[in-house]
Amino acid sequence: MREISASLISQTVEELCIRACYHLGDDVVKLLKAAREREDSPFGRSVLDQIIENIKISGEKSLPLCQDTGMAVVFIELGHDVHITGGSLTEAVNQGVRRGYEKGFLRKSVLSPLKRENTGDNTPAIIHLEMVEGSKIKITAAPKGFGSENMSRLKMLKPSDGVEGVKKFVLDTVIEAGANPCPPVIVGIGIGGTMEKAALIAKKALLREAGKPNPDPETAKLEKELLEKINATGIGPQGLGGRTTALAVHIDTFPTHIAGLPVAVNMQCHAARHAEAIL
Amino acid sequence: MVKTLKMPASADELSRLKAGDTVHLSGILLTGRDAAHKRMIEYLNKGIPLPFNLENQGIYYTGPCPAGPGKIIGSCGPTTSSRMDSYAPRILDLGLKVMIGKGQRSPEVIAAMVRSGAVYLAAVGGAGALIASCVKKAEVLAFEDLGPEAVYRLEVENLPLIVAIDSQGNNLYEIGPAMYKAD
Repeated sequence: MREISASLISQTVEELCIRACYHLGDDVVKLLKAAREREDSPFGRSVLDQIIENIKISGEKSLPLCQDTGMAVVFIELGHDVHITGGSLTEAVNQGVRRGYEKGFLRKSVLSPLKRENTGDNTPAIIHLEMVEGSKIKITAAPKGFGSENMSRLKMLKPSDGVEGVKKFVLDTVIEAGANPCPPVIVGIGIGGTMEKAALIAKKALLREAGKPNPDPETAKLEKELLEKINATGIGPQGLGGRTTALAVHIDTFPTHIAGLPVAVNMQCHAARHAEAIL
Repeated sequence: MVKTLKMPASADELSRLKAGDTVHLSGILLTGRDAAHKRMIEYLNKGIPLPFNLENQGIYYTGPCPAGPGKIIGSCGPTTSSRMDSYAPRILDLGLKVMIGKGQRSPEVIAAMVRSGAVYLAAVGGAGALIASCVKKAEVLAFEDLGPEAVYRLEVENLPLIVAIDSQGNNLYEIGPAMYKAD
């Protein structure tokens, strides 16, 4: 058994929350710049210029990329041979979120759903735990803003709806979302499993390097087709019209039941933030 | 062409703004989002006067990050405006002339805008750091207990915006995408 202290986990989560909110991955920056080169719409070009300028200013002036520093979604892959000492995993993660949002001057956006009373420290985090082989812990912090989260949808399609039904649902979701999720977006899609599994794999698909195709050629083909169809809608950057509505479509699949075809669409704004560390 | 707008602006200046124009806005703005709007309407329903005057003013839908050391304000990009749609017509009736946010508005809001000669300007969602660098002064004006949702008074300089819906009701969220839709 390898021992890892709860305090090391807290410290790591704290750093990851701050890093994710201040630094956008090179993969996303590259896609934004390529989109700017291709964009025909003057509104679209102006918006993409501002988004690229924002990344520069965020770095130079040490300001979060976006004021919606999100709800802290934390993915943990915990090795079987790890023993956590000095506290529980859940509390260690929440302590990290609490400190990261305070020290990083990040907005505390979490509240009770009906009374709307702010918890004051952006906890609790949304924790997704997976047990894996080995003696390490992989932690990924993915702060999720709600402009895009609010436009995410899940539908239990019928098996007879097939792949055409999936395509229609994805396109309907993107069109209904319009300007709200801050396009250009990355569209995470989960197909199969159960209701919650579809939603979870849609969210996990957003952690993939932006624009990297699914290793399965059939799924990769569907990603490419959907990206083209989404960019043909004309919604464009910020919904003001243009060729760039999505930077990437990421699909993941999971076996499902003979009676079902669950599909989840998790919308991600252009501030596609995530940071990871392995302990 | 970039138009400049100094807030508060005259009805004449606002009527000259057309959907699709790029605007650099300077001057005074108030902030307010979900919780502040909800409270404004509660005050109006109870007949309590608002602690600020909205006549000829502009509201920016934002909830900033806390300001770090030596900073005027934290990141402060726009939030989704449609969540304010159910409140906006009554606020426009109080004389509000400019709304700044992101995303489509409801037909009821657009009708109220045309009635009152107001404009709706789009800021770039996710450009919170860039927008913060246009803010020269920020102070809490009211509803401090709402934290990031409090009403701030901002002084801004050359805030980059696009006229999304003008005072005649022309709507770039309809016109723009229609121009680039591929068949």
